[in-house]
Amino acid sequence: MSKRVMLIEDEPNIIEAISFILSREGLAVETHSDGTTANEKLRACRPDLLILDVMLPGKSGYDILRELREDTATAELPVLMLTARGQSRDREMAERAGVSAFMTKPFSNAEMLETVRALVAGGA
Amino acid sequence: MTMLNTLVAVCSAYALFLFAVAFGAERAALRGQATWLRSPMVYTLSLSIYCTAWTFYGAVGSAVRTGFEYLTIYLGPSLVLMGWWWILRKLVRIGRSQRITSVADLISSRYGKSNLLAVGVTILAVVGTTPYIALQLQSVTLSFEVFGVGDIATGEEKGHTALWVAAGLALFTVIFGTRNLDANERHNGVVMAIAVEAVVKLAALLAVGIFVVWGLSGGISGALEKIDGSPLGQWQIDGGRWAGLMMLSAAAFLCLPRIFQVLVVENDNETHLRTASWAFPLYLGLMSLFVVPIAVVGLEMLPEGSNPDLFVLTVPLSQGHDGLAVLSFLGGFSSATSMVIVAAIALSTMVSNHVVMPLWLRFAGGGAKVSGDVRHVVLLARRLSIIGVVMLGYLYYRLSGGGAALASIGLVSFAGVAQVLPAMLGGIFWRGASRLGALTGLTLGFGCWGYTLFLPSFGAGVFLPESWVTGGPFGIFWLRPQALFGIEGMDPLLHAVFWSLVLNTGGFVLASLASFPAPLERLQGAQFVNVFEHSTGPRSWTGKVAQAEDLMVMAQRILGARDAQLLFEREAQRQGKHGMLPEPTPDFLETLERELAGSVGAATAHAMVGQIVGGMSVSVEDLMAVADETAQMMEYSARLEAQSQELARTAAQLREANTKLTRLSVQKDAFLSQISHELRTPMTSIRAFSEILRDSTGLSPAEQSKYASIIHDEAIRLTRLLDDLLDLSVLENGQVSLNLREGLLSDVLDRAVAAAAADEHGARLRIARDAVAEQVWLNTDLDRLSQVFINLVANTRKYCDAAMPELEIRVCASDRLTIDFVDNGSGISPEAQDVIFEKFSRVSDQKAGGAGLGLAICRQIMRRLGGDISYLPGQGGAAFRVVLPADIAVAAQ
Repeated sequence: MSKRVMLIEDEPNIIEAISFILSREGLAVETHSDGTTANEKLRACRPDLLILDVMLPGKSGYDILRELREDTATAELPVLMLTARGQSRDREMAERAGVSAFMTKPFSNAEMLETVRALVAGGA
Repeated sequence: MTMLNTLVAVCSAYALFLFAVAFGAERAALRGQATWLRSPMVYTLSLSIYCTAWTFYGAVGSAVRTGFEYLTIYLGPSLVLMGWWWILRKLVRIGRSQRITSVADLISSRYGKSNLLAVGVTILAVVGTTPYIALQLQSVTLSFEVFGVGDIATGEEKGHTALWVAAGLALFTVIFGTRNLDANERHNGVVMAIAVEAVVKLAALLAVGIFVVWGLSGGISGALEKIDGSPLGQWQIDGGRWAGLMMLSAAAFLCLPRIFQVLVVENDNETHLRTASWAFPLYLGLMSLFVVPIAVVGLEMLPEGSNPDLFVLTVPLSQGHDGLAVLSFLGGFSSATSMVIVAAIALSTMVSNHVVMPLWLRFAGGGAKVSGDVRHVVLLARRLSIIGVVMLGYLYYRLSGGGAALASIGLVSFAGVAQVLPAMLGGIFWRGASRLGALTGLTLGFGCWGYTLFLPSFGAGVFLPESWVTGGPFGIFWLRPQALFGIEGMDPLLHAVFWSLVLNTGGFVLASLASFPAPLERLQGAQFVNVFEHSTGPRSWTGKVAQAEDLMVMAQRILGARDAQLLFEREAQRQGKHGMLPEPTPDFLETLERELAGSVGAATAHAMVGQIVGGMSVSVEDLMAVADETAQMMEYSARLEAQSQELARTAAQLREANTKLTRLSVQKDAFLSQISHELRTPMTSIRAFSEILRDSTGLSPAEQSKYASIIHDEAIRLTRLLDDLLDLSVLENGQVSLNLREGLLSDVLDRAVAAAAADEHGARLRIARDAVAEQVWLNTDLDRLSQVFINLVANTRKYCDAAMPELEIRVCASDRLTIDFVDNGSGISPEAQDVIFEKFSRVSDQKAGGAGLGLAICRQIMRRLGGDISYLPGQGGAAFRVVLPADIAVAAQ
């Protein structure tokens, strides 16, 4: 059974790019673009990896991450965070919220793939 | 000759008697038994120096020449004492609280201690008093002559007599007046002798009067009959001259240096004025009681051409009553001597204090302080001044020829000293009176008096050329000394009094109003005018323990309890005393003053110690010094306060600037972060898809084409974003240059709708417009305005969520031009309405590719065009209102 990756991102072109890359790798990709309903979606979906954008409509990526770390069901979920605001402060906030990996947009596809592989393997 | 010798002997014996009285009085005063010496009666009698030989002899002469006019000379002072006692009371209080020594001192002290004024008043007093002294010499000489008829014949010998009299009087005064140097210029002995002389002259005049009425006229009824029958009864009273003379004698009574001496300087109890206010008029009344009977009897009994000024002597002599004549002579002698003595004392005080001492201190004394040396100098100056003053009188007597009637000489003198009156009264009642005013008034009045009265009194040709008197100086007719400004036919005396006092008062008031008094002058002015509020009765301290205790209390207040106790204890130990309180020795007082000076300033310390130890009142200089110190401290603390306020202000400004910088920094961070996000997002897609295209094999042509167009779209999005950013930056910095053109609003809207229609969603939006209302000519930057419209239409296309999107464009031209863009969507939430015009604000969740700069740019543009753009709530859908000012809409063509 293929590993499932959930992508929470609001930019359609980026969703399309990441979905394309990950499905080529044989991963099942589920996408969601609204911040407010993200956590419910997560609990229902129970993915093996979460790729999370920071700037989302309704709720920020940090808040979503903090909330899912408090939930026992998702406390151990590997999370890769993507941000377009490439400041060191963002990385610190992400780490404090309990992120597993952190990448700045734009990213190299190969690097992204490597990170996803490592996270999916570690979590398995 | 025998008679003359007798007279000389009598005079000498009388002088010795007076000297004994004065000596005894001073001894008694030294022993502290001065109470009876300083009774109100003695004070009242001492005032009788007002009645000189002029009044003693001259009143009868005056009665013969001008009827009852002599009464005015008595009525003036009576008026002052009964009606103007409040002026006297104020003068006395000021004299005491300010330690005034003379009229000159009073004027000088009031006007800021001006020595120039003091010298001026001194000169005025000396010049004004000189004729008066001459008058006394003349009367004594004349009275000698009466007794020595036949012995003294020639004018030369007459002058000798006057010289001897003058020398005798000078010696007498030197011995009396300068026996010692009294600190407060009081002369107990002299005052007592004057009082005795007052009794002698009153007794003499009354004796002659009684002799005339009861001895020669057969009682009162006989005397009255004689008066009715004589030419005296027929005299008409000249109202103007009466009033003038009365005012003049009243003014002179206030200003005469000798009266001031006994009235103010020698006064040691204000309440004595109360007795004097009725007793002195009574005395004057008694003095004038028998004047008319003596005159009438004299006219009747003595040969035609007899000098009426000497009737008081000649009437008893002609009847063979030598004893009565000698008594009468003694009365006249008393009148003359008392006047000369007190006048010389008063003048010498002025001359030595205001002329000699300042000169001596400047040229000879160098740094001399108060010491034995100076005392000698002062005494010497006084003595020489006395001799000088009396000799001046003698000189006047010789120059004026000794022939003028007694009364007229006296009036010249009165008019002279009366010049002080405006400065004196103004000084004690008007705070606005200034030094310049006093100086101007005195100079004008004195000059006018000298020119119109004093110099002419020597007779034409002595000082003033005869041609001046008749034709005016240098032929200037209206400047004739006895007819100033062409006023002729006026009594010369009244003429002089009128003009001198008018010029004096006028100059005084005008110059006072025009000048601004110096600080010391203002302070003195306040002290003089408000003397009753400032001064209290003299205070005395008895018992040294009380002093030490008071010093301790004061020192504790200033130095603090511990330091003060230490200081006092150390001193007590040094003095070998038990306890805490040392003797207030001069050494200790000096130490204490120095200690206090460290805290409160030297002048304040001196004043405080002085007040406790000396019981003395604080002098004006002390007060000024205290005020200076206080002012310095206040200035210093005000400066400190200003500095600390300045500091606080600077700190507040710094804080504010800091807050602003922090806010700016946060804003800048947020902005950079936003830009970064907006740039990185399309770049992420571009990079991801370009890598996919590069690295992936087996992509379908459809996939390749789709990914390439994504890259293309995102590149365009990036470009647009950069354009917007640059545009906004230019607009915000105000570097934009507007390209003003004229055009129709409908054309601008057409272009905007067409441009927005190029958008791929174009087909779906229906736009409702009002063709008629749009026919407005504009004169503005049409391209920029169009940019705003395009933005608004495009936004509607992107964000209007209605099934059948519709946009209505309403135009309304009133005092301004409004263009509303209203769609039929769900509108914008109230919270979002506040921020939509901010940079990077995006309302819709729906992704529409905007960076959130559009409305921010629109607002900037509208503000540049002089209008505005705002959200219009309550229209159902989203509604924006563009406002343009009326002046860019031009009249429809």
